[in-house]
Amino acid sequence: MKTILILISSLFIFTHNHGYKVGDIATDFSLSNTNGEKVSLVDYADAKGFIVIFTCNTCPYSVAYEDRIIALDKKYATKGYPVIAINPNDPAAIGGEQLIDMKTRAAEKGFTFPYLQDKGQYVYPKYGATKTPHVFILEKQEKGNVVQYIGAIDDSSRNPEAVKERYVADAVDALLAGQLPKVTYTKAIGCSIKTL
Amino acid sequence: MNYTYFFVILIGFSCTITQKTEVPTLSYSELKPLLHKEGNKTYVVNFWATWCAPCIKELPYFEAINQKKNVEVLLVSLDFPKHKESRLLPFIKKKQLQSKVVLLDDSNENLWINAIDSTWSGAIPATIIYNQNKRMFYEQSFTEDELNQIINTF
Repeated sequence: MKTILILISSLFIFTHNHGYKVGDIATDFSLSNTNGEKVSLVDYADAKGFIVIFTCNTCPYSVAYEDRIIALDKKYATKGYPVIAINPNDPAAIGGEQLIDMKTRAAEKGFTFPYLQDKGQYVYPKYGATKTPHVFILEKQEKGNVVQYIGAIDDSSRNPEAVKERYVADAVDALLAGQLPKVTYTKAIGCSIKTL
Repeated sequence: MNYTYFFVILIGFSCTITQKTEVPTLSYSELKPLLHKEGNKTYVVNFWATWCAPCIKELPYFEAINQKKNVEVLLVSLDFPKHKESRLLPFIKKKQLQSKVVLLDDSNENLWINAIDSTWSGAIPATIIYNQNKRMFYEQSFTEDELNQIINTF
C-alpha cells in the first residue's frame, strides 16, 4: 500500500513538474481579464486554436516581446488563432503584477488580446510554464485543445532585429496549412515565475 | 587611406581593451571555455541580470563563496546589451562585486540554453557548479545555507 502511495505521489510530482508535452490535451480555465470579465477557451467558438502566452508586467524579457505579441495577435486572431495572455505571477510575491497594474499596461500598450490573471496560480503548473514569456500553441480538435508547440516566440528575445527564426509564426502557419509544426520545442531566456 | 585604416584598427583595439578590463561581452562560443575549466577549483557559474529580483537577492551568497580558497565564481549577466553602460556597469560598481562578471550576448538562445544544460528551461536565476569530478545544474534560487551546503558536497 505504502509503495503504491509513493508511486502515485511521485507520478503526481512528475506531472506537476513537467506539465504538458506536445500532443497532450490542454485544460480550459476561467480567469479574470483586465476588464473584470472571465475568459475561457470555450468562449471562442470560431477559433481554430490558441496562442497561449504566459507573460507578465515586470519581466524585461516579457516587455521586450510585447510588440511582437501584439503583432502575432493582429496577424493570427482573424485567421483563427487568437493570443491569450496569462500572467502567472503571484502579485503578493512581486510588485507591479496586480490586476490593476495589468490593466494599466494593457491600456498603455493597446493589447488587442485578453490579459488574464492566474489567480491562485492553478493554471501555469498544469501547463508546465516555468518562466515569462512561455508559449503554448493549442490546436482545437474534437478531442480537445491539443498542444502543438511549446517554447519561445522567436530566437532572439533581447534584440528583435536579430530574429532569424519566428517559431510561433511558423508553427501557426503550419497548423493553418493543415500540417504539423516542424519545430515543436524551443527555449529562450525568461524570468522565473514568482511565487511565495 | 592607410591612415584611416590605421585609425579604425586603433579604435577597434582600444575598445576591445576597455571592454576586457571591465565586463567582456561574449558570444556563447566565447563563453563556453569558461564553463569547462579544468583547474583544481570548484567553479560556480551563475546566470543573472540586474533587474532579476531573486538573482540580486542571492548575489551576496555567491560573492561570499567566491572568497573561499578553492572556489571561483563567474557571474554571467543576461542583461540587455544596450543596458551594459547604463545599468550593468553602474550596478557592479555600486555593489562592489568582486566576482568576475561577463555579459552573454548571443541571439541563438535555443542553441546555447540547451548546450549549457538540456534540462534548463531558460528561466533565471540558474547556476552551474562543477569541478573535475562532478557537474551539477540548478534552475532555482538559493538561500545562503543551501548554497553553502551544496558547495560543501563538491
